Amino acid sequence: MSKGFTTRAISRRRALQGAAALGGLAAPMLNSVTAYSQSGGFDWKRFKGQEVEVLMETGPRADLMKKYKGEFKDLTGIELGIEVIPEQQARQKVAIELNSGKPSFDLFNFAYHVQKRQFEKGGWLLDITSWLKDPQMMPAEYELGDVSKLGMSFATTSDGKVNSLPILCDYFILYYNKDLFAKKGVAVPKTLDEMMAAAAKINDPAAGISGFVGRGVRNANVVLWTQLLSGWGQETIKGTKLITDTPDAIASAEYYKKLLSSYAPQGVAGFNWNEAQGLFIQGKAGMWIDATGFAAPIEDKTKSRVVGKVGYALPPSGPKGHGSVTFGSGMAIPKASTHKEAAYLTMLWMTGPKMAGRMLQVGGGIPFRTNPLKDPAVLAGLTIPREWAECAAGCAPISMSGLPVIVPVTEFRDVIGTALTNMLGGADPATELKRATTEFQPVIDKSEQT
Amino acid sequence: MVDVSMAEAGAGPVPQKGVEGERRLRPYLLFIWPALIVCSAVIIFPWLFTVWMSLHDFRIGSPMTFIGLDNYKDLATNRRFLESIGHTFYFTVLSVALPMVLGTLAALVFHKKFWGRGFFRTLFIMPMMATPVAVSLIWTMMFHPQLGVLNYLLSLVGLPPSQWVYAPGTVIPSLVLVEVWLWTPFCMIIVLGGLASLPSEPYEAALIDGASQWQMFWKITYPLVAPFLVVALIIRTIDALKAFETIWVICNGGPGTASETINVYLYNQAFAYNQVGTASAVVVVFFAIIVALSLILLWARQKAAWT
Repeated sequence: MSKGFTTRAISRRRALQGAAALGGLAAPMLNSVTAYSQSGGFDWKRFKGQEVEVLMETGPRADLMKKYKGEFKDLTGIELGIEVIPEQQARQKVAIELNSGKPSFDLFNFAYHVQKRQFEKGGWLLDITSWLKDPQMMPAEYELGDVSKLGMSFATTSDGKVNSLPILCDYFILYYNKDLFAKKGVAVPKTLDEMMAAAAKINDPAAGISGFVGRGVRNANVVLWTQLLSGWGQETIKGTKLITDTPDAIASAEYYKKLLSSYAPQGVAGFNWNEAQGLFIQGKAGMWIDATGFAAPIEDKTKSRVVGKVGYALPPSGPKGHGSVTFGSGMAIPKASTHKEAAYLTMLWMTGPKMAGRMLQVGGGIPFRTNPLKDPAVLAGLTIPREWAECAAGCAPISMSGLPVIVPVTEFRDVIGTALTNMLGGADPATELKRATTEFQPVIDKSEQT
Repeated sequence: MVDVSMAEAGAGPVPQKGVEGERRLRPYLLFIWPALIVCSAVIIFPWLFTVWMSLHDFRIGSPMTFIGLDNYKDLATNRRFLESIGHTFYFTVLSVALPMVLGTLAALVFHKKFWGRGFFRTLFIMPMMATPVAVSLIWTMMFHPQLGVLNYLLSLVGLPPSQWVYAPGTVIPSLVLVEVWLWTPFCMIIVLGGLASLPSEPYEAALIDGASQWQMFWKITYPLVAPFLVVALIIRTIDALKAFETIWVICNGGPGTASETINVYLYNQAFAYNQVGTASAVVVVFFAIIVALSLILLWARQKAAWT
């Protein structure tokens, strides 16, 4: 069991992270129409005429950057080429090209929980620590102080260098169908026990209604389990030692097995987020725990049958803790880029407060900043309910890492994920977790040795 | 004297032994070089490089370390890899046998003359023309246990819903269903080509002798069309062993690892885990399996050839 999560009380580290995330309350209000020009020796036009190639993963943030790239050119005189490819392919492309030493891009976005450690060990990213402190390279309107400590900790390597800038974070929250809750007279669950009871009441297979829906498929399911595990005040790793077979880990896995086997739809062992989302937006599931980024499709009238009927709540607390697993993504420049400075300006623009506000408005994700979350101008432009933004802000104080920061994280998700999927097929949680832990520990040991 | 004059008169170059022969061949050896260079670059070098990498502990981003045959030893005891071999054969046997049987039956039907035959033949071969990835995406939606059309169709005839690719027990048969839909037309076309080329005399003789339809099929059609069936068998086996898109797009080798074939395991090792050394060892083992299977099939082809 992780020392910091032995009680239901919020640990000091998480309290600090959360306070930092919300700490921007005291920071000056962002004026979303601030005109970037010159400030304190900083000149946006300093690298005009250059071309920057950006690689982004498919999603709302890429759509937004493409939409406003003309505005960026007017501001800086830098031409952006934005290549957008699906997440899995982008991850492979980035790793292979960075390893080759001749990447085809000057700037790219990546998930910290998947590739941070790999890039750090490879030494492939540009160290921007000194630029962040240089007034000629850091405009005041960037509001670096508003970036949460959690975000900056993601962006900082183990030896204290900053080699990326955080752009978005995803908290895990509870989505619930207000109509189904009202019909059965169920209150919004605050604890895992209440959630199990609510799922049992709402579950009605004959009517095609499931009490709960969530990720059951190998690899993707691990993050739902680690969310539940946070209720036992535990993470998955301590130093380099896996703690996925402790009594608390087994108890949380038994909860996962019971919740999904008893109250989730048939075939949930093959469900990823998209299958779960498909069922939830059809109004066929009472609750769904997943990342904040899914509010946009839920509230899209062209795709969803539950527009305006969905409630957003903090994930329920467990017997020993209360957490919201958090995943961050950032932007980074390869060391081998030939347009480092222009790419850096692009990175400032993409991760800055103005674009963060726009991202929030379309429900594309939660920025690692607090000012946009309380800026009336930004909130007035929200295309999704304000309750969602408030819920996300409430997750900040209880946020915790959902996956270990190790190089073989995909393999970790596959091995533990297979164990979880097997449980949904009837296997014993203790046996499966012990087997998976024994199988994967040598992989971590080997990875950390090299 | 006569022999020499015949050769010089244009009967073609006569192979000559010794120094003289080598001297005459030397100018022509130059022409071999382009093909040799291309083959070396695209076949021989990658193959040797793969073998070399398989002898190293090599993860993208980490230094390479020579470890001899350790990757192979690990594979020999790796439960997931051994299971993937079983999944590969299970998937291959089903997705070769079923399209072969159904394709042959379809060919026999379409070989007969009936109204609208051309139209129905075209309709029948349409699945084969579709892109496997696009087809897989559509099947993924159809397989959905709650929102998919397949369970709706089952409900219309009073059958209980299936979990299709969402349960370990049914995932491989469900994937085979897609393969059958996709590749039965291919087997049909090959067998139909064979049927069209058969001579009519044996059938006329059989009719005169009073043979039944079944006797004519079993004693005449089947032996004569067997070489075509073997060709279809070889191509389908290679295709099924290589199958990746349908499995990856529909279920990623899941649920769990229930449909993880060697190809999917290999892909995960190379591109998800960046374990290039292990992936290379898998390639070498897979190559050996394919060579062994090819030799068996080629032997079968020799046996089935008309004599």
